[in-house]
Amino acid sequence: MTSRRTALLLIAPLLIGLLVGFVAPIGAFLWRAIADDEVAAVLPRTLAALRGWNGEAPPDVAFVALAEDLRAARARDAETGAGGIARAAARLNAEWPGMRSLLPATGRRVTTPGDERAKILSASEDWATAAPWQAILRAGGPYTGFRLLATLDLRRDAAGAIAQTPEDQRIWRGILLRTLWISLSATLLCLLLGYPLAWLIATAPSRAQPWLLGAVLLPFWTSLIVRTAAWMVLLQKEGIVNAALIGLGLLDAPLPLLLNRFAVLVAMVHILLPFMVLPIAAALRTMDPALPRAAASLGAGKLRIFLRVLLPLSLPGVGAGCLLVFVQALGFYVTPALLGGPNDQMLAWFIGFHANRLVDWGMAAALSVLLLGAVAVVIGLYGRLVGFDKVRTA
Amino acid sequence: MRGALWAFGLLVLLFLLLPILVVIPLSFSSGSFLSYPLPGLSLRWYEAFFASDFWLPALRNSLVVGTVSAALATLFGVPAAFGLWQRNVPGRRLILAVILAPLAVPAIVVAVALLLAFGPRGLANSFTGLILAHAMLCVPFVVITVLASLARFDPVLLRAAASCGADPWTGFFRICLPRIMPGVAAGAVFAFATSLDETVVVLFLAGPAQRTLPRQMFAGLNDEISLAIMAAATLMVLLSTLLLGAVAWLRRPRR
Repeated sequence: MTSRRTALLLIAPLLIGLLVGFVAPIGAFLWRAIADDEVAAVLPRTLAALRGWNGEAPPDVAFVALAEDLRAARARDAETGAGGIARAAARLNAEWPGMRSLLPATGRRVTTPGDERAKILSASEDWATAAPWQAILRAGGPYTGFRLLATLDLRRDAAGAIAQTPEDQRIWRGILLRTLWISLSATLLCLLLGYPLAWLIATAPSRAQPWLLGAVLLPFWTSLIVRTAAWMVLLQKEGIVNAALIGLGLLDAPLPLLLNRFAVLVAMVHILLPFMVLPIAAALRTMDPALPRAAASLGAGKLRIFLRVLLPLSLPGVGAGCLLVFVQALGFYVTPALLGGPNDQMLAWFIGFHANRLVDWGMAAALSVLLLGAVAVVIGLYGRLVGFDKVRTA
Repeated sequence: MRGALWAFGLLVLLFLLLPILVVIPLSFSSGSFLSYPLPGLSLRWYEAFFASDFWLPALRNSLVVGTVSAALATLFGVPAAFGLWQRNVPGRRLILAVILAPLAVPAIVVAVALLLAFGPRGLANSFTGLILAHAMLCVPFVVITVLASLARFDPVLLRAAASCGADPWTGFFRICLPRIMPGVAAGAVFAFATSLDETVVVLFLAGPAQRTLPRQMFAGLNDEISLAIMAAATLMVLLSTLLLGAVAWLRRPRR
């Protein structure tokens, strides 16, 4: 008999592998959502000089320290091409708009030592005020909540209180709502199409059952990219759907069916539908066929049997199906990227965009926290309402 | 009522199957447009597929990455499932949560996190990195499938073997493994199919040398769509059908 120690030894290689290769990388990536080291790396002396500052007129030591920091950083950037000043300036810009250009411009004024205050003020008179220095302090790290706040279109105002982003600059709440809305629509459509099909599969004669099940399993096993490609072909301007509609006399000219929300939803429902059908069919098939008959013998009508007996018994399957569909829909990337327009991209696309194009790992991480948070809330709610012990897969 | 249910159900099945069935004839077209009716039948797009400099390597990469990562996932997943089968393992729920996490974390988060972690270690743009990533994404399928097989295995058999003088290794390899072998094989097929299907991680983590079929198709679909993509899609449908058949055969009820 295997002892507990042997069992742990058998699990250990996989567990350690996943902790090192999966959990740790994701943790390190998500950490970047709150890590705040760009400014501290470039302006360490300035931050030290500002320690104990009363927040009024900026002290002379701060000007000297800033000049030294910028000279050192320029030398480092020139040598290694690391772009430290640009990154610190981009980070400071989030605290005090204008810093993106002001910090490098100031750096160009202080290339030689001596008379630092006048040189820095020649870049901008703003350095005589407290605001840019306070921005440096706020961005001094080592942690910040500004990216996580930004993903909810919130920010800290000059006094440090949480405030709404100006209306014309809000983007992320809309994208989060869009992601949730597309996922919810896909889940409801899958339920609407999937429940009757699952019902049919569960109650079909045993001769027909394997064929019906096979017709669900074949698309289920077909690659997501193949199914997305198929919808691109079907929905093209000269594609089969348009040709059929024109052939039937329903349309005079082809409709633009691609690169819009409709295309994204149709393909997502197509891809996710088996995840809804299979658990519901499994739940219905394990049901005791004597139960509806017993209800009927007690005088219940067909509708009543369905609502009071069959539907409640199939709910674990419905719950599992909705969970599988919704959670996967939240993370969709490939299908919206290929079939959707700019207004149909979901959170996943923006994570990829920030990581790959903008090379802004911090914001990519903050958006990932948002996406993972949504997934965790859904899974948690499911655990609360349904429980994981009842999940049965086909 | 019954008739309406059949009609609705068959319509939904048509919705599921038609898009896949539409692709297949297009790949045999003698023309170069993505529309019906076909001008004639030919194998020119398959010739283009097999003659091209990128489709054939992509197919080979897909098969190599899928095979090696499925093998890795099976090698690590089967012992872990056997360990988890003991219900009294301390922290069982937490361990299961870690092992099943790759199913719940959106692929894009995995892709970006691994790109960041693998890049400095020289594992980005490499087969090693891609295979490791796919093995981690595939392993939950192996563990789930093998655990399901073990649930039908009677542990008394292992005790009987032990009482006949077999050590735990012999007991596992001679008694348990043969009985759960169909489950292990089905898990490996699931793992292979998962790797074959995987698009997002390969998009971020792989370089041009590691292009797999899904990545090559993604690039092609973003570009001018050629019918060679339909030939690739048809080959992938064929592969999926074979894998589905393999799993159905492995899980057939036996007496």
